Amino acid sequence: MTGIKEKIRLIQKNIQIPLGKEIKLMEVCGTHTMSIAANGIHSLLPEGIRLISGPGCPVCVTSQKDIESALILARKDNVLITTFGDMIRVPSGKDRLENYKNVHIVYSPMESLDLAMENPEKEVVFMGVGFETTAPLIASTITEADKRKIENFSTLCLHKTIPAALELILSSKDSEIDGLILPGHVSAVTGSAYYDFLQDQKTPGVITGFDGLNIMESIYLLTRMILESKTNILNNYTTVVNKKGNTDAMELLDIVFEPSDADWRGIGVIPGSGLKIRDQYKQFDALEKFPMDPLHIEEPKGCLCGLILMGKVTPPECRHFGTSCTPLRPVGPCMVSSEGTCAAWYKYGRGDKNSDR
Amino acid sequence: MCLATPVRIVELGENPMVAVEKDGVNFTVSANLFPDVQIGDYVLVHAGFIIQKIDTREAQERIEMINELYRSEL
Repeated sequence: MTGIKEKIRLIQKNIQIPLGKEIKLMEVCGTHTMSIAANGIHSLLPEGIRLISGPGCPVCVTSQKDIESALILARKDNVLITTFGDMIRVPSGKDRLENYKNVHIVYSPMESLDLAMENPEKEVVFMGVGFETTAPLIASTITEADKRKIENFSTLCLHKTIPAALELILSSKDSEIDGLILPGHVSAVTGSAYYDFLQDQKTPGVITGFDGLNIMESIYLLTRMILESKTNILNNYTTVVNKKGNTDAMELLDIVFEPSDADWRGIGVIPGSGLKIRDQYKQFDALEKFPMDPLHIEEPKGCLCGLILMGKVTPPECRHFGTSCTPLRPVGPCMVSSEGTCAAWYKYGRGDKNSDR
Repeated sequence: MCLATPVRIVELGENPMVAVEKDGVNFTVSANLFPDVQIGDYVLVHAGFIIQKIDTREAQERIEMINELYRSEL
């Protein structure tokens, strides 16, 4: 058996859910959300399986308060902001970062250092979002700035880590999640042993790559594990994920950052789920250089991003979805980000039987 | 956001930079987070950094349940 189509058909045939039973799987990575939608995975699954998107889109989970902090910096004449693309379009009240010409989109955080050297009279602030895949890159950039003695560079560090958020979702009283489709590239960095904590939650998980076949395989594995009451973690992305992960990256992460509380959109503050720059590198912490107290900005009226991120509702249940909120004129971050749940539903639709709650 | 691109290493530059190739296009990335690379290796690049090596061996360790499933139709 070699053909992808045949394999997918075989998997489809073998995903069997007992009549009347419902299995809920959560994917915790925005790239999975997009791949599931793009490959029409929902339409391949039998009745009784529901896929729910979790808080795996870094742009989406950035709190309104943190976006306002970035805007406070962007409004300063002597500051240049660098960040990843989608971030600049997230609204905060009536404002957003893309309204400021001192905001630069970068592909790599290292570009911020070049910009800082070219503009010695300005302070370059990198607005860093992302999970364990991305945070080591920022750690590397900070140590490089330290080595090069660049004084006009700092980062607004909004990084988040996966374990605390997963624990919160799984332990919440009304948690309905039976199994986890675990992120591939986060795991490439952290290693598969990183998920050992999930054993306590008694929820099985499968580390999964990003092509349609791999995702289907993982769904098959999870349904079998759930029906057989197994709660272990399997690695179904062995081309890049091993047990230990990228130890150099994880060590550097630990040298530069320490765990801190982080504010998640729709969830609130989760203790120990963020990364704060350690004292040794605090000259690169934008919050040390520019202490600020951002005004409370309401989340957009009627926007259900917060509930969508917790997997509680689906995009069509939001009154803005597809009418007052589209990728061109997004109301909330789940539509802004190219890997947001709303953007995925808008682009690929989900008019199938498994999509309605 | 955690998008990563598979690329091939074509040249080792001034440490930690290496030249990589993807679809005929060459560019430079940092090997600072994954220094143990050689020309010809396939690696995963995220936002300008190599984050992991790609295991290109055919016979990888597969989960037994998946092997079982595929064997069932042979």
